[in-house]
Amino acid sequence: MTMQKEVLTGKHLMQGDVACAEGAIAAGCRFFAGYPITPATEIAERMARRMIEVSGMFVQMEDELASMAAIIGASWAGAKAMTATSGPGFSLMQENIGLAAMTETPCVIVNVMRGAPSTGQPTEGAQQDVMQSKWGSHGDYGIIALAPASVQEMFDLTIECFNLAETYRAPTFLLADGFTGHLWERVVIPPPEEIKIVERKKPLVSPDKYIPFKPDKDLVPPMAYFGEGYRVHVTGLTHNEHGYPKTDDPKIQSELVHRLSDKISKNSDKIVRTYEFMLEDAEVAVVAYGIPSRSSLNAVKRAREAGIKAGLLRLVTVWPFPEKKVEELSNNVKAIVVPEMNCGQVVREVERVAKETPVHFLSKIGGELHSPSDIFEVIRRAAKT
Amino acid sequence: MTVIQEFAKHPLAKYLRLERFPHIWCEGCGDGIILNCFVKALDDLGINMDKLVVVSGIGCIGRVAGYIKCDSFHTTHGRPIALATGIKLANPKLTIAVISGDGDLFAIGGNHFIHAARRNVDMTVICSNNFNYGMTGGQFGPTTPLDSYTTTTPYGNIEHPFNLVHLAAAAGAVYVARWTALHVKRLTESIKKALQKKGFKFIEVISPCPEIYGRRNKLGKSIDIMKQYRQISQIRHGYDPAKAEITKEKIIVGEFIDIEKPTYGELLQKQFLKIQKKVMGG
Repeated sequence: MTMQKEVLTGKHLMQGDVACAEGAIAAGCRFFAGYPITPATEIAERMARRMIEVSGMFVQMEDELASMAAIIGASWAGAKAMTATSGPGFSLMQENIGLAAMTETPCVIVNVMRGAPSTGQPTEGAQQDVMQSKWGSHGDYGIIALAPASVQEMFDLTIECFNLAETYRAPTFLLADGFTGHLWERVVIPPPEEIKIVERKKPLVSPDKYIPFKPDKDLVPPMAYFGEGYRVHVTGLTHNEHGYPKTDDPKIQSELVHRLSDKISKNSDKIVRTYEFMLEDAEVAVVAYGIPSRSSLNAVKRAREAGIKAGLLRLVTVWPFPEKKVEELSNNVKAIVVPEMNCGQVVREVERVAKETPVHFLSKIGGELHSPSDIFEVIRRAAKT
Repeated sequence: MTVIQEFAKHPLAKYLRLERFPHIWCEGCGDGIILNCFVKALDDLGINMDKLVVVSGIGCIGRVAGYIKCDSFHTTHGRPIALATGIKLANPKLTIAVISGDGDLFAIGGNHFIHAARRNVDMTVICSNNFNYGMTGGQFGPTTPLDSYTTTTPYGNIEHPFNLVHLAAAAGAVYVARWTALHVKRLTESIKKALQKKGFKFIEVISPCPEIYGRRNKLGKSIDIMKQYRQISQIRHGYDPAKAEITKEKIIVGEFIDIEKPTYGELLQKQFLKIQKKVMGG
């Protein structure tokens, strides 16, 4: 029985981390495992209070290795499951993020990124774990990562993360940052009937006919829960479609590992979301994601006022990388500007896709946001070349 | 008739994924005995195999999850208990058994073991203790006796081993037992008892590894190791686990701990009802 509202419909002044937790609950998350870490702790605190109210499960584990393992277990037991962390914890989770990818376990991992490497700057926001979220665990596999730029998006994109994780049976990341996580802003939570929720694809055949890792045309296999009588075997070893270890057959390894990547990349048109501002006639385009896209929008408006034809492509989806969008953009503009709160990560992807078009990178680390004038200056320089 | 067809006629064969056999274990290994005792316990209890989940880690015994015909998870190294915690808490109706090795549960996975025991999460943990990392060719581990030879202790082991039953008891397990692979009937009874009891239950099984650990330490064939178990094991129910250290002269076996304590799930349910009442009342 539900005692408290699952969806807190209405207008709220809310912190980013709290909005993330509320988004998860609205998406149907009923299992949260985590370990305290700044600046993500408020997500766990909110979940500790709220999960029991919505008949869900909150557990504080002994470390992030265990938190990640627990959400995989919970997901196989049928729950929509999430954990939340920051850099040091994210590094510990990599082992079982690989397990989630290999076993095609739907789960959501929130990384409220902080200054790094190592213990770094616990209370400062950063975007230094973007490549780690794509390549952090050993091997090749597909993942999905979304980057929120506001408290509203901490709510909205957490729901989106669950929908994507359930659709593609892949670990899905909310790549937030310490600034957005700790930011207080207005959030509008819609009524439950207006929130799109995706449920897991279940087997339509009886247990004796079910082949647990045989994919449908969309490359995603239907998933049976533990306890439903399907008697599934799940392993992190290379496995055949029946789920049984088969580690000495090159064909099985090749087909499985290619499919783990392909189910994301070949569905990228359905996954990728971007926002475009004033790009119709733009000669200089800013490509940004996460909170720097807010300063970028301001800088673009300022450039327009100064007579520079500037525009903004905001990547909501960071992984899979919106290649088509960026390639199309590079064919239409003279130069691209990429502001990031790291030493240059997504800019490498932009350069790879943009080919001949000059790409200007603007790094900002240390605990400060890019100011609009920082970005405006680079736009102005780029416009002259 | 093939060996597997012959095997299929065995009364316990219905509990196994026969297509996965022959198993990977060496001749004389104790892991097959543990599997045998486990499925015998399931049969005796009439366990609903649709509601049983077996979770294992990495190592020789880790393959056991793939041999039992139920929902099963062969996890990353050291993480079966953490993953099993997630399964159990997300669906309390499932019966959870973690079957893994000494290295998996007590070296790389030691932290998860002590915390699951402390929380008293409802699961049965069976440890096949063969005193070394067999699958990687015989390195020393957290239970390797002092002075033993392994590939990474070529001059003899200088690390003090864990006394697993003492560790489990201190961490809060509600049921703690130790048997050797020789004690087939007693081990089976212990597994049955553990599966029926609520809370975090731990059974250590001293298991022969004649091909790897045994060979390096000149312990003879499996039958010699079994004879050794018979000679030096002493059944002492209720014995202080702190004093049950394994030595060359003596292996104390038996049930050391059998207590009642609210499980994590029970405490959570109580809290849930309290909050429900408060919200309804207010």
